[in-house]
Amino acid sequence: MSPDLELDCRGRPCPAPIIELGRRIGDVAVGEVVAVVADDPAARHDVPAWCRMRDQEYLGDDTADDGVPRYLVRRLG
Amino acid sequence: MTNPPAYLDSASSEPLHPAAREAFLAALDQGYADPRRLHRPGRNARLLLDNARAVVAEALGVRADEVSFTSSGTEAVHRGLLGLLRGYGARRAAHSAVEHSSVLHALEWWGGETTAVPVDRAGRLAGPVPDADVLALQSANHEVGTLQPVAEHADGRPLFVDAGASMGRLPLPDGWAVAAGSAHKWGGPAGVGVLLVRKGTRWVNPFPADDRVDERGSGFENVPAALAAAAALQAVVGEREEVNTRQFAMVERIRAAAASVPDTEVVGDPVERLPHLVTFSCLYVSGDQIVQALDRRGFGVASGSACTASTLEPSHVLAAMGALTHGNVRVSLTRDTTDEQVDAFCAALPEVVGEIREELDL
Repeated sequence: MSPDLELDCRGRPCPAPIIELGRRIGDVAVGEVVAVVADDPAARHDVPAWCRMRDQEYLGDDTADDGVPRYLVRRLG
Repeated sequence: MTNPPAYLDSASSEPLHPAAREAFLAALDQGYADPRRLHRPGRNARLLLDNARAVVAEALGVRADEVSFTSSGTEAVHRGLLGLLRGYGARRAAHSAVEHSSVLHALEWWGGETTAVPVDRAGRLAGPVPDADVLALQSANHEVGTLQPVAEHADGRPLFVDAGASMGRLPLPDGWAVAAGSAHKWGGPAGVGVLLVRKGTRWVNPFPADDRVDERGSGFENVPAALAAAAALQAVVGEREEVNTRQFAMVERIRAAAASVPDTEVVGDPVERLPHLVTFSCLYVSGDQIVQALDRRGFGVASGSACTASTLEPSHVLAAMGALTHGNVRVSLTRDTTDEQVDAFCAALPEVVGEIREELDL
């Protein structure tokens, strides 16, 4: 999947990747996809939790080219 | 006006109960000798130790010969669970995904095949329990307070119950073969664990034997601390109807206050829960920030967020429940927590979270 916006949160501890996601979700149009690249282990749980709390769609995870986990979010509103 | 300071972390450790202090001081002078010796001071120590065991047994509704004192709750879990696995020659164990780390560490050390059973959003066992020789299940969750329907899962196979979060506060659930608890969580002194082995259970000491009063224990008995733990337990059981009702209502107010903070999620079952404990998570806030900000206002709380823990991993409990792991706060009331302190906390919480978020420029 190629996201419309990719946020590089490598090396940043929780909750920085989620703050970044909260700040930047408005940069894509409704229906578009934001990817959060984060090696912090909390992101695996907190990106889906953020989607649930903010009524956005969590699409799952894959990995960036360097093997760092990448979490995909579709903006719903 | 300054807020009344409030220690709200009894789930980590409850302040010493007055009954424990009294018993402890009396026993320091009378219970110093080796309870195995036949001289008078030894017999005195033995009497106090037997008395402590009898009091704990009565408070928990078990037989005195089912009670052993250990040097901590963690030791009670390790001995209890590993001795059960050994006694039944177990090859496979199952446990809920939200067990206390002492259970998980014991299973890891044991080295057999283990399966974590998933939990639902409230933290209650959700998946089918796999075929296993031994099942480990907590009575209540130490981080979020949700009660496990332990008795429903007691199907005849050996059941280990970590009752650390609830012992004294609530009756033991039915169905355990071995259970464990920790005195400093009910207002006894630290350094006393309670190990219960149900009569007829095949339990074999997993560690080197010792030649003490109790074959299930090891090391010189801390008689004064055991007696203090027993006195506190007896007092807590006697008071719990009144204390639980009061604490349950206070926690309900804190739950409502937390839920009204924007982007904050209260975690755990709202009703089937420990009376004194509530956990919530606030988006965009780090656990250590909120713990420190609350501490500056006089409120001592805990957090399951990774940044406040000793590891980089977030709380496995929150993760298993699908809850937000950052910005996590656990509030747990002591028997002395007042309505004024709860009011002050409920007023401070939205301000503290708001102040931290203001700096973020979201």
